Amino acid sequence: MRFAGLALAAAALAAGAAPAQERAIPSGELKSGSAFLGSDLRALQNDAFANPGMLWVERGEKLWREPAGKKNLACASCHKDTSMRGVAASYPKIDKASGKLFNLEGRINQCRTERMGAEPLRYESEDLLALTAYIARQSLGLPIAARIDGAARAHFEAGRAAYHLRRGQMNLSCAHCHDAQWGKRLLSETISQGHPNAYPAYRMEWQTMGSLERRLRACLSGIRAEMLPYGSQEYLDLELFLAWRAQGLPIETPGVRR
Amino acid sequence: MKRRDFLAGAAGALALPGAALAQVDPRDPLVRALTNGAPVRKGKVTLVLPQLADNGNSVPIRITVDSPMTPADHVKSIHLYSERNPVPNMANFYLGPRAGKAEINSRVRLAGSQRVTAVAKLSDGSFWYDAAPIVVTLSACLDES
Amino acid sequence: MAARIQIPREAKRGDVIEVRILIQHPMETGYRHDDVGHLIKRNVINALSCRYDGVEVFRADLSSGISANPYVQFYTVAEASGDLEFTWIDDEGERGSERQAIVVRG
Repeated sequence: MRFAGLALAAAALAAGAAPAQERAIPSGELKSGSAFLGSDLRALQNDAFANPGMLWVERGEKLWREPAGKKNLACASCHKDTSMRGVAASYPKIDKASGKLFNLEGRINQCRTERMGAEPLRYESEDLLALTAYIARQSLGLPIAARIDGAARAHFEAGRAAYHLRRGQMNLSCAHCHDAQWGKRLLSETISQGHPNAYPAYRMEWQTMGSLERRLRACLSGIRAEMLPYGSQEYLDLELFLAWRAQGLPIETPGVRR
Repeated sequence: MKRRDFLAGAAGALALPGAALAQVDPRDPLVRALTNGAPVRKGKVTLVLPQLADNGNSVPIRITVDSPMTPADHVKSIHLYSERNPVPNMANFYLGPRAGKAEINSRVRLAGSQRVTAVAKLSDGSFWYDAAPIVVTLSACLDES
Repeated sequence: MAARIQIPREAKRGDVIEVRILIQHPMETGYRHDDVGHLIKRNVINALSCRYDGVEVFRADLSSGISANPYVQFYTVAEASGDLEFTWIDDEGERGSERQAIVVRG
């Protein structure tokens, strides 16, 4: 009944699809997921020592300097003096050479396979989470600034469609909860706006670190919809739409979430 | 007497006014293993838990004991008990005069709403406790990610 | 097993200092199942201790009741310059250790 009511209310609100440049949640009302946490988890996220995600950030810092692959190169061999500050805030991003859209995980693996002669790291592996978290942490506090022009445009439109697509046994789209019902209660939780600015994040439900895609899969599982494989194009497009939707929100990686 | 009865009893006692009732039952086997039958009095120990936990997988907990922490008068150990976890004795912490201050902070797993009890053993052989209730909520969405 | 320790770099003799440790460990309860339905064997850090200049100042018995990636915070008196050394062991016998130095003045 709860979901039926929610779906009806959402259907009414979602009736007129907004044009691409109009955000369902205006910039002034954007709230990070941390705003929907209890005070304990918010404090834990802000505690740069006790935030458990920092264990992955530290591991990432070590991996950054560790040579890998046939060419015996480390990330730091090429990115010598260049800071990665600001990089994560611009992802997902079109790779100029291939014209493909990459999220940070994909970009790390592209570097590994094409430049380092190394095997790609598996999604949700400790190493990929660690490297992603380490790079994203360097953009702490910087506003999300993904670009949707040029070759990114088509991906953005596909992401927008994916966001608004009704899915699963509950027949809900992302928008039904995170645009139309944010701030309201669902059992003991408050529905968030569904922003990507704290990922990879340490989630208490997982008792470990996880990527944004793992979080998307959790939502899909929650509405009893099919979970797509990691790294699939639909997730990438959706990630770009989410970044645009969260434009201006500061990066919080590693976030702490319920 | 079962552990559950004991903890429920302790909880009941706490809900009533009067120092005479506010005692952990020393016959509980878990506590008896620690105290050897000595009384466990309410006081000196302060157990702080949130009233409501966002997630039972990680709940902040703080235990402080009112003690000068001198060689002559200090806390020897602090013992944490859950009334609903599959492993009731969650942790034991051993300290001494070199601690300077009897305070422990950690994060615990709690399998549902319950009352958590902390028992401290002092250097004079006495036992003291505090207990705190907590509501642990369940996640609203399924997660099989 | 990676770990982080936080203590002040410097203290005055006699100061009560805050000691924090965070260890990367799943604290596997033994009640969870993997993707194919098999029970995951219990594996928790069951003992943690801290020695200050070789003298034990803190020790803990831990169980599955302690959260994954365990966090413990306690206090100790700054006695002399030296190392705080943590050691721990899990159910599978894997040991970890980490140390941090403190300079004590006065």
